[in-house]
Amino acid sequence: MYKYASPKNFYALAGRLIPWLGAVTLLLFIAGLYLGLYVAPPDYQQGDSYRIMFIHVPSAWMSMFVYMMMAGGGLVGLVWNIKLADMLATASAPIGASLTLSALVTGSLWGRPTWGTYWVWDARLTSELILFFLYMGFIALQAAIDDPRRSARAGAVLALVGVVNIPIIHFSVVWWNTLHQPASIGSLGKIVSPSIYPSMLHPLLIMSVAFFLFYFTVLLIRMRGEILARERHTGWVAEIVRATPEIRGTHP
Amino acid sequence: MKPRHKKLFLIVGGLAVLTVASLLILNAFRNNLVFYFTPTQVLAGKAPIHSEFRVGGLVEKGTVKKSDGLNVDFVVTDLNKSIPVHYRGILPDLFRAGQGVVCQGRLNARGQFIADQVLAKHDAKYMPPEVAQSLKHPNGATAQVDSTPQSYKP
Repeated sequence: MYKYASPKNFYALAGRLIPWLGAVTLLLFIAGLYLGLYVAPPDYQQGDSYRIMFIHVPSAWMSMFVYMMMAGGGLVGLVWNIKLADMLATASAPIGASLTLSALVTGSLWGRPTWGTYWVWDARLTSELILFFLYMGFIALQAAIDDPRRSARAGAVLALVGVVNIPIIHFSVVWWNTLHQPASIGSLGKIVSPSIYPSMLHPLLIMSVAFFLFYFTVLLIRMRGEILARERHTGWVAEIVRATPEIRGTHP
Repeated sequence: MKPRHKKLFLIVGGLAVLTVASLLILNAFRNNLVFYFTPTQVLAGKAPIHSEFRVGGLVEKGTVKKSDGLNVDFVVTDLNKSIPVHYRGILPDLFRAGQGVVCQGRLNARGQFIADQVLAKHDAKYMPPEVAQSLKHPNGATAQVDSTPQSYKP
């Protein structure tokens, strides 16, 4: 376990995992989109416009999950001084921000035909927008501080403070009257009888797993980049540069 | 206690205090964070009836009257109290009797709600049209998804 916490070993392990993770992600995306866009029937009220949920719902779930990963990485980095955890937090932020933006944009496009408006300031939509700003704040804060240790610490504190927003997003549709509907799946009673018809639910679940693996694939790619950037003065990175003819030219 | 553990406790303690503080703030804002009021709340005087506000509930079945292409009258109910609504404009696709709506506007002197925006609320149910049809006529195919609202929780 500790062996892989060293950036050098993690770099090699991630390099071996990425092609497999990427391949499974791609297959799941193809299967999920095929089932969702061709096989699943149109909805009794919304017609075909409900199909945007196959992107919207996994994006929204992952926007919160990635934030928890980012804050968790920040906490571990802060307390145990593990560089890899700091890199996980830094590498997660742009992925989470993209997923949050994806959830907001797809939700807005769905809202126009379904609700009759692109945007309302209800508790669910507003708290998800705050999540997007938290990601952007994290990225901006880390970019503003040059020293990697201080940058990681500042980012971790911001990420941890923002964790308060996650339960607010999740429970906003329960605590307050919102225009956004409550969850169709997820609560205990709804596992037994979800309010989504099975042929519509299955592509949604496949897409969710695809988004989950997509995050880890991109995370590993980004973390490898982080590792190379931070360890660029070490011998083993110099070795990689020497062994790779394409990059040798750009680094004299 | 190791300094590392002290640090962990400080962070966890800090987060706990922050969580409690935000929950207290959110609780204090509870009424202001409400997107709409139910007819029961409006008739009990809990809504700011002198300014613009939103009322939400189900469109009562059999009350939708379209006088021409744009003017529409219907009754919004929470299955307890109800309020008549008048609206002039284009209705969202999902607007229909028995469905949830949120109307923005103000009450006039006769207790009628003059809406300048009507939004449809989605009921978080997804099923094919055939299934919805068979639910309406139970002697047909067996239904797998329950779509009949027994009660409406706003």
